[in-house]
Amino acid sequence: MIKAEGVEKAFGSTRALAGVDLTVDSGTVLALLGRNGAGKTTFVRILATLLAPDAGRIQVAGVDVVHDAKTVRSLIGLAGQFAAVDETLSGRENLVLVGRLYGLPRREARARASEVLERLGLGDAGDRLVRTYSGGMRRRLDLGASLVGRPLVLIMDEPSTGLDPRSRIELWSLIDDFIKAGTTLLLTTQYLEEADRLADRVAVIERGRLIAAGTPDDLKQRIGGDVLEVRATSASDVERLVNLLTGLGAGLPVADMRAQCVTLPTSERVQTLLAAARRIEESGIPVADLGVRRPSLDDVFLTLTGAGGAATKRPEPRLRPVPGEPSLEPAPNARRVGS
Amino acid sequence: MGAVIIRPRSRGVRSFFTDTLLLTRRNLLLTARTPELVVFAAIMPIMFVLLFRYVFGGSINVPGYSNYVDYLMPGIMVQTALFGGSSSAVGVADDLSKGVTDRFRSLPTNRASILAARTLADLVRLGYTMGLLIAIGLLVGFRFHNALLPVLAGVGIALLFGYACSWLFTLVGLMVRNVESATLAGFLLTFPLVFAASTFTSTKFMPHGLRAFANAQPVTQVANALRDLTHGTGSAGPAALHAIVWSVGILIAAATLATWKFRKI
Repeated sequence: MIKAEGVEKAFGSTRALAGVDLTVDSGTVLALLGRNGAGKTTFVRILATLLAPDAGRIQVAGVDVVHDAKTVRSLIGLAGQFAAVDETLSGRENLVLVGRLYGLPRREARARASEVLERLGLGDAGDRLVRTYSGGMRRRLDLGASLVGRPLVLIMDEPSTGLDPRSRIELWSLIDDFIKAGTTLLLTTQYLEEADRLADRVAVIERGRLIAAGTPDDLKQRIGGDVLEVRATSASDVERLVNLLTGLGAGLPVADMRAQCVTLPTSERVQTLLAAARRIEESGIPVADLGVRRPSLDDVFLTLTGAGGAATKRPEPRLRPVPGEPSLEPAPNARRVGS
Repeated sequence: MGAVIIRPRSRGVRSFFTDTLLLTRRNLLLTARTPELVVFAAIMPIMFVLLFRYVFGGSINVPGYSNYVDYLMPGIMVQTALFGGSSSAVGVADDLSKGVTDRFRSLPTNRASILAARTLADLVRLGYTMGLLIAIGLLVGFRFHNALLPVLAGVGIALLFGYACSWLFTLVGLMVRNVESATLAGFLLTFPLVFAASTFTSTKFMPHGLRAFANAQPVTQVANALRDLTHGTGSAGPAALHAIVWSVGILIAAATLATWKFRKI
């Protein structure tokens, strides 16, 4: 349904996209996963006909986004990074306007707006000004605007950025509904949990290139087994723990400064855990938690983007971003020593 | 892949008019539902009328005008047209920074409609402010001393100039892209044009260099044309022609550049 070949785009001397090839099959969900500035939004803007590529091409349902942009626009629905809705219009007025701009006759645009409002659980709030909506409601309305034209392909640029955890879960269950209804969806995210939860396939983008693609499980298998996780009691110990654990497990330890955690891929969970415990005890570094768990996409992401061992050089220690809450608690499937 | 249904969308001229009307209505609704905007748009020119009519007016003598208010009002009408136009920069920047422009551009909308609707809505707003301004002028002693037709022509030229300025400031809004800069750019561009001009007093007594600038620039030209047309002094032909040439020139240049800039956003 979406087919991108060799897409390139530069802004001045910055190469935002350096040759991206991507395919999304009809009725499937692809998550384009990457950090801020990796090129996700540039790709989305080209796909949504907002920006022309320097080289390469993208087709939506066989229609070229550059040569027949107008047809493509009638096939897609875009929910951008902002809730791009008008504050001083009601939810319904926003949707009717979008419907009319899709070319629907007035009556049909109204009917469609009501239908979408109901589906998004905004039926009661439809006639209130958007100014009175919560952040989650705005985001849902924005999503609604992209649904009004019954698009074949839904494009969502960081749908849950800035949402509180509850709104995020609501949004996800809505997206689940679209997926069940057979909508083809391309979404970008920097939240690995989100890609894991929603996507059939994940493409990891870094510095304008795809560095990996596959199902979430494929990607998790790349890390080879389980993950050892140590949580320090203070951020200053994180680097010492990285040094301490180097040489153990099946790869390099990865630091997450914000959560004060060090993770280490391992294929021999018990041996690695015992060895790590011994080293930690001998070193006398106080730790808050130690355990082995199944790998998350976070770990895959960090391994793929080569963050391992280089954690202390990173300008932004924002390696495990979960929207709205720093991951202070270990993943729910973590198995802890002694519990 | 299932069958692809491509919905037909009326193209070209028809979609341009429909979409322009839809978006103009949207822009006007947004203004109408922001009472502070409506009030502020009206208060600015009224303050200037009162200030110059009653505070400074007594000390300003303009040769050829026994009543200063008759000189003042056409000046404030041009000032209002220019200020009205500068609000386009804010509107354009606001839509851009909120992602609304991207939404409209991602729809099968006629893209030319987006800017056309912006300037059209601002023209309607200007019409409202201008009507209010003239009413206030009449209350404080301003009178038209000419026949209806030339007076209407004068108001028409003021609106045309305002519309041209809307396009100019649409271009500014597309370049600065955020509301604060757009507001600032509006002030910085409009103030010298309004005050180094024949807006409030004759340019005759200005220092040489300033006078040369003031006489050459469009605000003076449009204000003079408006005075000739409302006051009935001399033959209004040449001044009106100057004013129209300036306005149409700005309109064509700014609209071309803004459309070009918009395509590359």
